[in-house]
Amino acid sequence: MKVLLLMYHDEKALQRMPREELGKLPGAFAAYLQSLKDGGVLVGNHGLRPTAEARTVRKDAVLDGPFAETKEQLAGYFLLEVPDMDAALAWAKRVPTAAYGAVEARPVWT
Amino acid sequence: MDVKATAEAVARASYGKLVAFLAARTRDVAAAEDALAEAFATALTEWPARGIPRTPEAWLLTVARRKLIDAARRRQTGEQAAPTLALLADELVEAAEGEVQIPDERLRLMFACAHPAIDEGVRAPLILQTVLGFDAATIASAFLVAPAAMGQRLVRAKNRIRQAGIPFRVPEREALAERLDAVLEAIYAVFAEGWADPAGTQPRTRNLAEEGIWLGRLVASLLPQEPEALGLLALMLHADARRDARRGTQGEFIALAAQDPARWNAALIDEAEELLLHASRMARPGRFQLEAAVQSAHAARRQSGSTDWAAIVQLYDALLAITGSVVVAINRAVALAELQGAERGLAALDALQDDQRLAQYQPYWAACAALLARSGNARAAAEAYQRAIGLESDPAVRAFLQQAYFSCTT
Repeated sequence: MKVLLLMYHDEKALQRMPREELGKLPGAFAAYLQSLKDGGVLVGNHGLRPTAEARTVRKDAVLDGPFAETKEQLAGYFLLEVPDMDAALAWAKRVPTAAYGAVEARPVWT
Repeated sequence: MDVKATAEAVARASYGKLVAFLAARTRDVAAAEDALAEAFATALTEWPARGIPRTPEAWLLTVARRKLIDAARRRQTGEQAAPTLALLADELVEAAEGEVQIPDERLRLMFACAHPAIDEGVRAPLILQTVLGFDAATIASAFLVAPAAMGQRLVRAKNRIRQAGIPFRVPEREALAERLDAVLEAIYAVFAEGWADPAGTQPRTRNLAEEGIWLGRLVASLLPQEPEALGLLALMLHADARRDARRGTQGEFIALAAQDPARWNAALIDEAEELLLHASRMARPGRFQLEAAVQSAHAARRQSGSTDWAAIVQLYDALLAITGSVVVAINRAVALAELQGAERGLAALDALQDDQRLAQYQPYWAACAALLARSGNARAAAEAYQRAIGLESDPAVRAFLQQAYFSCTT
């Protein structure tokens, strides 16, 4: 089954993180991606630029900012091909920012 | 003591006992749980007004049995209800002074939960729910499964107990060792899930390591002549003794070799040692006794200041012969490296690499990385660290591995 992992966290809190901790994230993400590839489960992934750069079209209006003003923002996704939801959740837990926010695992229509 | 605290204390001590007693006759675990939940709810409304009964456990059982009988009447009118009602009718042994003795049938309940006909993966969750009263959502979080899926699995397992005629029985002598092993495995799984959350930071998972030890104590007290039951308890106590020593002041991960033995819990170690000694006198070695013996050898560093790696390798050899487990083989390789050098350890790890499951098994990559680094192969070590980092979910351990990765690449 295909499952989309959606990473959410508080952008501002992440920016306030100690430099040393923050500095470890890119390496952790590179390692995580490599593990997904080695495990043969990665279909695709992207990280998203800050929500300040988002524009939202709602009915006729174009608005600055993301679709919803929430405490935690969508920061990126991983599309996985996994045998079942248990496997998807195991990978969700390994997302390097999982401890700082939430990772939603969402099955894809097929 | 106030009503809520009393109810909670009774729930903690007696939940499994009451479920076991109620379900043992009908084999309907779900109905027993429902009835007991109703009885607890009734207690919370009636006790404040009428006072806490002298024997709360017996009070709850009486109410729960009444609810169970009502439910059976409602659900199965006609012939089906008759056996249930008959079974529930007169079970309690009343002693002379009206004190009610409730037989402890939790062991039978655990044997039913860990029956070969029950899917292996659901045995530990089932024991958590029936013996300790955990709800499905909490169990799901602990075992990293979706709550709805966990709920379904538990319901299916309970249906199986009822429909497949799984007996609430402690097996006969010949079958006991093997069947007991499944019970102990399930308890160890409970402990291991809690062990992975050393700080106990996950608010929704009650501390499972503690619950695992509680279950281990229960089984050891009910089967004191079974050395493996004592071995499992000793193993868990040894591990738990090092709980605090695994984290530094900043919450950073501290590997076993770097831990300060002064921070280990001496009382727990002493208790574990005594259990293990007692078990070994029965001269029936087994997997859990051997694993506890490995932990015992590590704990000896507290007095001797050094670790007897030759003894540890020997214990792992024996364990490997019994279990054939790849996890044991990895630990053995690491111990072998301490005894005979990193090269020998790496050779032992290389012999495992055909096993497909290792691709996603973090400890394998962490072990490879550490031994590669020690043997001077920085490049291969960095690659292995990379794999271990990507598979790790605990931020403290990830940070530890990243530190090691950096020291290989710079």
